Amino acid sequence: MKTEGQEWEIRDGVSRMELLIESDSCNESFARVVVASFMARLDPTLEETDDVKTAVSEAVTNAVIHGYAETRGIVRITAWTQERELHVTVEDEGCGIENVEKAMEPMYSGALGRDRSGMGFCFMEAFMDELIVESEVGRGTRVQMKKIIGREEEQVD
Amino acid sequence: MKQTDQVTYVLSGRCLIVQLPYEVDDHTCRGVREDTESYIRERKINRMIFDFSRTGFMDSAGIGVLLSRYRRMKELGGDIYLSGADAKVSRLLRISGIYQIMESI
Repeated sequence: MKTEGQEWEIRDGVSRMELLIESDSCNESFARVVVASFMARLDPTLEETDDVKTAVSEAVTNAVIHGYAETRGIVRITAWTQERELHVTVEDEGCGIENVEKAMEPMYSGALGRDRSGMGFCFMEAFMDELIVESEVGRGTRVQMKKIIGREEEQVD
Repeated sequence: MKQTDQVTYVLSGRCLIVQLPYEVDDHTCRGVREDTESYIRERKINRMIFDFSRTGFMDSAGIGVLLSRYRRMKELGGDIYLSGADAKVSRLLRISGIYQIMESI
């Protein structure tokens, strides 16, 4: 989903990255490794890194297999950090989702019978602190996720 | 251990061991259905073991493959087992409810 007038804003205390990849399944691994490297500056635990990698993998895989399906297009991954927050956005300009609420139900899959678990959104929800999904048929989908890094240490203090 | 991105298959009688790669995702799982189907057809498999001992990353694509193969083996009256999952992979198997239908050996 393309946002009009989206610009790169340089702000104090915010670091940002953007990655554009073609919707090939071999890029799913690349995308999650890039985000994992980017979030290393927040000094996450291994578990936090794994959580983010899985969530990014789900969002990018959705863009590749549902958003673009048999067609090819660009998946845009944006991530930024602010203090201990990691924000990740995954956008495609693919077919879009007709009913987002239904698509987010556990075990729902738009590609049933093709070995899909229908758990992609559940994993994103389970592993991140916030998940927002916007979609428009024919225009694409945008998944925004947020995770607070270092929460476990905070509880120890 | 060398990281591998290939699924490998080991046949022992009518038992098929599916050795999963370092990363189990949509990309690496794409051939598993067809591959296991041909073993079922040609070797009359009645037991399938998914071996995660090389796996360091998994997402829901792995769960999708497990569910599909579970249904298939049940159809055939066969068994399906998991093995070698580390803490990370176990967590995903637990969250997705896989342990409620499949046993780890």
